[in-house]
Amino acid sequence: MLFAKASSPYMHDDSSVQSIMRKVLYALIPGSLAAIWFFGWGVLVNILIAAITCLAAEAWVLWLRKRDIRNTLLDGSALVTACLLALALPPLAPWWLTVIASLFAILVAKHLYGGLGFNPFNPAMVGYIVVMISFPREMTFWTAPVGIAHSELSFLDTLQIIFSGHTSTGIDFDSITMATPIDTLKTQLGLEHDVETTRQSTQYSPLFDTISGVGWQWVNAWFLLGGLWLAKHKIIDWRIPTSFLLALTLIANFFAVYDYASYSSALFHVFSGGTMLAAFFIATDPVSASTTPRGRWIYGAGIALLVYVIRSWGGYPDGIAFAVVLMNIAVPLIDYYTQPHTFGKPQK
Amino acid sequence: MSAQTEPPTTLAQFHGGLKLKDHKQLSTQTAIAKLPAQQRYTIPVLQHIGKAGEVLVQVGERVRKGQMLAQSKHLLSAPIHAPVSGTISDIGNYPVPHPSGLPAQCIIIDNDFENDWVERNPVGDAAFHIPPSTLRRMIRDAGIVGLGGAGFPTAIKQTEIDIKTLIINGVECEPYITCDDMLMRERAREIIAGSEVIGHIIKAREIIITIEDNKPEAIAAMQAAIADDTTGYFRVQAVPTIYPSGGEKQIIKVVLDKEVPSNSLPNDIGVLCQNVGTAYAIYRTMYHDEPLISRVVTITGHGVRQPQNLEVAVGTAMQACLEFCGTYPQANTDIVMGGPMMGFNLHSSKLPVVKVTNCLLTNTSASNLAQPQSASHLPCIRCGRCVDVCPANLLPQQLYWYSGARDFERVVDYHLFDCIECGCCAYVCPSQIPLVQYYRHAKSEIWERERERKEADIARQRHEAHQARLEKQKRDREEKLRQKREALKARPADTAANDIGKNAIAAALARVEAKKKQLDLAPKNTDNLSAEQQQLIDAVEKRRKQSHQQET
Ligand code: SF4
Ligand code: SF4
Repeated sequence: MLFAKASSPYMHDDSSVQSIMRKVLYALIPGSLAAIWFFGWGVLVNILIAAITCLAAEAWVLWLRKRDIRNTLLDGSALVTACLLALALPPLAPWWLTVIASLFAILVAKHLYGGLGFNPFNPAMVGYIVVMISFPREMTFWTAPVGIAHSELSFLDTLQIIFSGHTSTGIDFDSITMATPIDTLKTQLGLEHDVETTRQSTQYSPLFDTISGVGWQWVNAWFLLGGLWLAKHKIIDWRIPTSFLLALTLIANFFAVYDYASYSSALFHVFSGGTMLAAFFIATDPVSASTTPRGRWIYGAGIALLVYVIRSWGGYPDGIAFAVVLMNIAVPLIDYYTQPHTFGKPQK
Repeated sequence: MSAQTEPPTTLAQFHGGLKLKDHKQLSTQTAIAKLPAQQRYTIPVLQHIGKAGEVLVQVGERVRKGQMLAQSKHLLSAPIHAPVSGTISDIGNYPVPHPSGLPAQCIIIDNDFENDWVERNPVGDAAFHIPPSTLRRMIRDAGIVGLGGAGFPTAIKQTEIDIKTLIINGVECEPYITCDDMLMRERAREIIAGSEVIGHIIKAREIIITIEDNKPEAIAAMQAAIADDTTGYFRVQAVPTIYPSGGEKQIIKVVLDKEVPSNSLPNDIGVLCQNVGTAYAIYRTMYHDEPLISRVVTITGHGVRQPQNLEVAVGTAMQACLEFCGTYPQANTDIVMGGPMMGFNLHSSKLPVVKVTNCLLTNTSASNLAQPQSASHLPCIRCGRCVDVCPANLLPQQLYWYSGARDFERVVDYHLFDCIECGCCAYVCPSQIPLVQYYRHAKSEIWERERERKEADIARQRHEAHQARLEKQKRDREEKLRQKREALKARPADTAANDIGKNAIAAALARVEAKKKQLDLAPKNTDNLSAEQQQLIDAVEKRRKQSHQQET
């Protein structure tokens, strides 16, 4: 007699949180494969470490909170957090760094606030910020992209580096890591070199190959593809990525036109660093994003502005995590002032 | 110029809505069948929004078919009538189809199968020479209520004040339901005749028949029925099939691009909306002098062998309808009255069909409906899908958040009372939250609180009225003094300036004279009494004003 109590509507489309999260994970696959291809096995190892930690942490909290462990774990949200976090961390980050970030994401950012649906901040980005602030040196362990690296790491070497900090074959750490293009550009601009000279210099030109850097442009392109697929299937709201990318392009273009020597092009900004991952997978996390249609335009544009400011003038290489969390703080305010016009109410 | 070609109107859209699989072909395979007479009928006294009437018959009494059984003087009410001739075997509380599941007063009639009608005098086409107020009374006495679902007494809606457009609504947007569709296919002329009467009552300047574009047969039938209208008074308007375009406010938005202001009725913007079934019932009243004692009901779903539409007398047991269509022995007894989006679950099939029973949807679980909305749905992930589909353009997730938190002030702030309970939000919610259930809860709780507050107010007002009486006495005294002073001052201004002295004296004398007369004429006790009465009246006035202010 369960039905007798259920009230209308008695119909439902076949959507579920689980299927949404599953599709998000599918959409991450092309970009992740590209990242593994260009930046090595470390990316995959990171994903595995983060996934195991996040799921275990989630299960533990659910057990403490006496919640339904099986169903909640199956909703897939912890796995999505794990993947986003792992893809944002440097590929050769030591294992404990990933574990700390994951624990923070799940335990503090998610469950301390009440679990799925109640977290005001994007958990993956909170985890990222914590390790970014606490371990800035380790956060620069980006592998050089394939084709530029002096030597390539085998899967076992990668495991060894991540878990013990050195390889048995004694590969020089410096020969396999390299600053990211955004970081490089920032350092060079700090040394009074302009954008074009840096990009053309013999030292850096291989890194900046074509648009926004070897590997980076492809990783971004594949994330863009996955993201478009999500938007097409209405898994994510199209407004946030649109407004984010549009605003980033406009702002970057404005400064690049104003002073092309000190500011890189819009194309560079849009296709480098974590831009596409942020646009389609991080900023679109529904729980911590604005929930009104107009609010989402503002939210996306706000992140773009902050990302640009941090990238251009801030102290950290890529500002996505900070930008997202700062805009998370503004969400209640944005939501309140962007309520839609209710049917039948006088036009304001 | 022929009325059957649609003018190229561009249609407006309301926000959101859903494209649903309609499952209508299930029940449109056969013509409307008439359910054979039954042995016993159970007629609930209250079948519509409003007040129950007074029962006019007694147990044991013989009634004729069409005889009035209960009536009320209250404006918001509709009488009920005997669907057959026979004997009243009981009057008492029986289960009725209502979301609350509570029993209510019913009149039971045992059929004598004589089909013995009360005397009938149909007015026919003479209706167009009868004053609207009389026609309205006839419609009211025939017990006609809106047959589209809510069951609002029809006569009340038909005011003559500035109504320009009459919409005859044939948009049946809920899946599965086809009773209006079949009625239009088979009885188009009758619907038009009934609409014309309504148009006459409200002095409409145009009548628009709205039908969704997934009902080509109904559109064709209605167009054929208005083919000889060359004036363009009638017009059939096909509208896109989007749930819930059948809603009054939604259909007005679509065809007229006007928004009925929140908290108002279509009347306020010069529109009247009536369901095709209602127009048909009015036709029966005018041309056959029949009260509303039967209606077309869609019996559908996978719990019956031959889903179809039946013409059923009000008061018939639902079980009889199901059996007529053929049931399965092991069938699940779940029945939804109304459609799958806005209907409600019945606890048994032994309940009577009432005036607003448009559809009985059987075996909801086998039809893959009514997925058990377990108590532990997932939390809201703020995905905003509900926002995209809400036809009232609300923020359902915020309504859910605040009604869950019981922050009723905020819920009202987010326009809870503009929610039409269409269920679009719950349909798309990936967390499968029974959102509408939360809104219904919040609404009823707010009403409940409002009522309690009003009761407390009345007690407080009694106290305040006493205080006010004391104050009033004081103020009256002061007022009198002030008037006196002013009269003294004002007089000279009325007359020539050089006459001040003389006039003032004369006036004073006159006043004294008048007062003397008054004192002579009026005995003292009456004087006192009337003052007291005055105070009472004042207090009552004041109370009324206050309570009025509270209400508005
Ligand atoms: S559809 Fe459900 S989960 Fe999504 S915002 Fe609305 S209420 Fe929340
Ligand atoms: S039930 Fe209410 S809140 Fe939900 S979609 Fe319909 S009108 Fe909007």
